Amino acid sequence: MEPTTILNPPQPAISAKPPNPHNLRIHIAPPRIAPPAAPETTAPPAVQRRSHPVLRRYLRNPAAMTGTILLLLIVLMALMAPYLYPGDPLDMVAQPLLWPGQDAQYWLGTDSLGRDMLAGILHGARASLLIGLAAAAIGLSIGTLIGACAGYFGGRVDSALLRLMELFQATPSFLLMIVIISIVPPTIAVIALTIGITSWTTVARLVRAEFRSLKQRDFVLAARSLGYSDSRIIFIEILPNALPPIIVTTSVMIATAILMESALSFLGLGDPNRVSWGSLIGSGREMLRTAWYLTAIPGSAIIVAVLSLNLVGDGLNDALNPRLRSRSE
Amino acid sequence: MSLLLEVNKLDVHFGAHHAVRGLDFSIATGETLALVGESGCGKSSTALALMRLLPASARIQGQVLFEGQDLLALPQPALRALRGNAVSMIFQEPMTSLNPVLTIGQQIAEVLRLHQRQSAAAARQRAIELLDLVKLPEPRRRIDDYPHQLSGGQRQRVMIAMAVACRPRLLIADEPTTALDVTIQAQILELLDMLRREFDMALLLITHDLGVVGQWADRVAVMYGGEKLEQGRTEHIFTQPQHSYTRGLLGASLTLARELHYRQQRLMEVNASTDPLSGERSFILSHGKPAPVQTAQEQTHGQPLLQLLKLETHYPSEQGLVRAVDGVSFDIAAGETVGLVGESGCGKSTLGKTILRLIDPSAGQILFKGSDISRLGQRQLQPFRRQAQMIFQDPYASLNPRHSVADILEGALRVHGVSERNERERRARRIIDRVGLPATALQRFAHEFSGGQRQRIGIARALVLQPSLLICDEPVSALDVSVQAQILNLLVDLKQEFGLSYLFISHDLSVVRYIADRVLVMNAGKIVESGDHRSIWRNPVNPYTRSLIAAVPTSAFAASIGQQPPPPVREESLPFSFYRFAL
Repeated sequence: MEPTTILNPPQPAISAKPPNPHNLRIHIAPPRIAPPAAPETTAPPAVQRRSHPVLRRYLRNPAAMTGTILLLLIVLMALMAPYLYPGDPLDMVAQPLLWPGQDAQYWLGTDSLGRDMLAGILHGARASLLIGLAAAAIGLSIGTLIGACAGYFGGRVDSALLRLMELFQATPSFLLMIVIISIVPPTIAVIALTIGITSWTTVARLVRAEFRSLKQRDFVLAARSLGYSDSRIIFIEILPNALPPIIVTTSVMIATAILMESALSFLGLGDPNRVSWGSLIGSGREMLRTAWYLTAIPGSAIIVAVLSLNLVGDGLNDALNPRLRSRSE
Repeated sequence: MSLLLEVNKLDVHFGAHHAVRGLDFSIATGETLALVGESGCGKSSTALALMRLLPASARIQGQVLFEGQDLLALPQPALRALRGNAVSMIFQEPMTSLNPVLTIGQQIAEVLRLHQRQSAAAARQRAIELLDLVKLPEPRRRIDDYPHQLSGGQRQRVMIAMAVACRPRLLIADEPTTALDVTIQAQILELLDMLRREFDMALLLITHDLGVVGQWADRVAVMYGGEKLEQGRTEHIFTQPQHSYTRGLLGASLTLARELHYRQQRLMEVNASTDPLSGERSFILSHGKPAPVQTAQEQTHGQPLLQLLKLETHYPSEQGLVRAVDGVSFDIAAGETVGLVGESGCGKSTLGKTILRLIDPSAGQILFKGSDISRLGQRQLQPFRRQAQMIFQDPYASLNPRHSVADILEGALRVHGVSERNERERRARRIIDRVGLPATALQRFAHEFSGGQRQRIGIARALVLQPSLLICDEPVSALDVSVQAQILNLLVDLKQEFGLSYLFISHDLSVVRYIADRVLVMNAGKIVESGDHRSIWRNPVNPYTRSLIAAVPTSAFAASIGQQPPPPVREESLPFSFYRFAL
C-alpha cells in the first residue's frame, strides 16, 4: 500500500524553494489518477490481532484462577454424582451418625437417619448449581429486557418501568419467595423462577444506567440515521457494549441464588424430594451440639461455591475493565 | 535576554513506549517558545516532565535547568515550592481544571497563602486584583462564584489568574485554547501575551495549531514522534521551513489568509513512513491527484435538493424554552457544498440533526427533493434515510466498538433491503476501497485503526447506501492537521465521484473557507449571514461574522509578520444551559 515514490517531476511544495535534503529524504509523488491508499500518519499497520487481551488478563489473575478451579471442581462433582452414587441420596444406607473418617466407606459420615453425607453433598451440588444457573438466567433475561427498554426509550416508559422496579425492591424479596412457594408446590423449576423474579431489579438498574450512557454515543445516532429499528439498536448495537458489567453481575447473581435456595431449603420450603445443601444444613441443625459436622460440611460447600463465584466475578471485572484497576494504561 | 530554562537530552519512557527522545531546547526570559506537533508527538509529555507531573510509571532522563537548578534532581519539597510559584502551568480543559466545590476566590487565594504566606484578607484582595488583571468582568462580585457559574473562557481566565498569582518566571500553557471558541481563543491568547510582557515572564506554548503559533510565538520547535525536527524563529519556520515535515504540515494546514479553495487546489498531504531496515524515517509530500476540474455546468436549475423553511427546534430546560434552531431557512442545491459556521452552542449541530430527523423539529418544514419530511413517521422516513447521511465529529465514539467494519457496512445494507449476501459484501468492499482503506480492513474492529482511518470508516458507512446529501458535523475537528488534509481531499474526491451535496458544519473558518461553495453563519439559533465563498470572507456585512473572521489567528504566511491585534470582542457570559448544546 506504499505509494510509489518517483523523484520527479518536482511539484512545487508550499514554498518555491528547492527541496533541502536535511538528512531525510523528500519524495514528491507525481499526480496520480487513483487516490493513494493513504497510510495514515502514526498508524500502526498491523495490530497484533486475535490475542485476546481480556482472556490473557483473566488467566494471569491468581484469585480468578483459584475461583475458576474451585468452580470447575464443584461442576465436576455435580456431573459425577449420578455415576458415583447412582441411588437416591435420601436412602438410608448405614448406621446413623457415623462421624467423618469413622467408616472408610462413608468418609464424610452419615446423618441421623443413616444417609450418606458425601452422596448428599454431590447430589446437593446438582440442585444448587441448577437452581443458581436457572434463577440467574431468568433474572438476567427479565432484568436486561426491562433495563434496556427503560434506558433506551427514557421518558414515560422509563418512569413506568422504574416504578415497577421500585415496587419489587420495596417488597422484601425473601418474604415474596415464601409466599409464592407456599401457594405453588416447590419443585426446582418453581424455586428457580421465584428466585429469578425477585432478583432481576439489580440487573435492570445496571442495564438501564449502561443504556442511558451508551445511547448518547454517536454510533447510536449513526444507527438511527441509517434507519435501524429500535429493537435492532437495542440488541445489536447497544447490548454488546453493555455486556461487561452484566457478565460480572451474573456470577454474583448465581451465588446469591444458591444462597437463597439454601435458605429456603433450610427452612424446609425447598423441594422435599431433592437433596440440596440448604436442606442438609436444615436437617443437621437439631444436632448442632452433638454432631456439628452435619451442618459444617454442607455449610463449607456453600461457602466454597459462593466464594469461587465471587472470585470469578472479580476476576472478570478486572479483566473486562482493566482501567478501573490501573490508571496507567 | 538571559537564559531561563534549558532542557538537555530529555527522554521520557512509558514502559516500552519512548515518548520523548533526546529533546533539547531553551527559553530566555520574556520569550514565547511554541512547541508544535500533532497528537502523540510528545509535546504534552514534555510539558509534564518539566514540572515532574508525569505518573510514577514514566521514566524521565536528562536535565531540566531552571535558573541553573536541575528540576529533575530537585527534592520534592523544593520542587513543590517552585510549582505554581516560579513555574506554573495552565491546562487545556478549563471545565475540569478547577475544583467544582470551591469558589474561584478560594482557589486563587489558596495559591497565594501557600506560596507567599499571605493573610486571608490580603489574599482575597490580591485575588480580586488578579481577576481584574485577567479581565474577568466585575471581579468583586464574581470572586465568590463557583466554577459552574462561569463560561469556558471565563474559567480559563480564572486558571490563568491562579497560574500568574505568584508572578511566575515561566508559564507553561498546554493547549490553552483548544477547547474554546475562536473569538474567546483570540482573547485568551492576547491576555497571555499581555501578561508575558507585564511580568517579563517566559511562555512555553504547547499547541497543534500553526495559526496560533504564527501569531503569538517568538520561536518555534517542531516535534514529531518524540523528537525535535526543527527549531527557529517563527518567521523563518513559516517562510523558509527546512524540514520536509514542517513543510508538509504548513502545506496541509489551512488559514483564511491562504485563500485556498477545493475547486482550485488540493491540499498537500504529508505521510510519514519508516524504512523497516534502517529505521530511517522519511516524509512523503503529495497532492495526490490534481484538483477536480469543475466544468461550467453549475446551473442549479430545478428544485433544490434540500430546502428548509422557517425551521425551529426547541428544547425545554430549567431556564425555560431554548430555541436551539430559531427560524432557519436555506436551500442546498444538488452538488453544492454549503458551509455552516458558528461557535459552540449556536445550534449548528442541532440543526444538522434536525435535518436528518434525529431530533424532531418544533415548527417549519424540511423539503427533501420537494417533499416535506418534517412530519413523517420513522417507517415512512426509510427512503429518506437512504438519501441523507451524516459524518460525525468524534471518530472514536461514532463506530460501534463491538462490530467489525464489515458488520457496520453490511448492517446498513441489510436494513435497506439488500438481502443477498454476496451483493452486500461486494458493495462493502467497493466502498471501503473508495475511502482509501485496504480490503483487509473489513474484518477488523474500530479500535484497531487510527483516528483518521476511523473517520474513513465513518465516511464509508455514510456512503454505502449511496446517498445524495451528506451532513458533515465537524468531520475534521478531532483530527490532526495532516490527517485533516487527507480527509478533506477524500471528501472532495468523493463529492466529485458520487455527485454528493454536503452540509459542512464546522467552527473552523479556515476549513469552511476551503471546502464550501456557499457559507452560512449561525449565531444563537439564527442564520445571520450567508454568501458566496469569496464574498463572505472579503466583505462580511454582519458584525458577528466580522468578529468571527477577525478572531481567526492571522499567521505569518503573509509577508508581514507584525500582526494587528484583533479588535476586542465582548465575551458574553452565557447561561449554563446554553453550553449544554455545545458540540
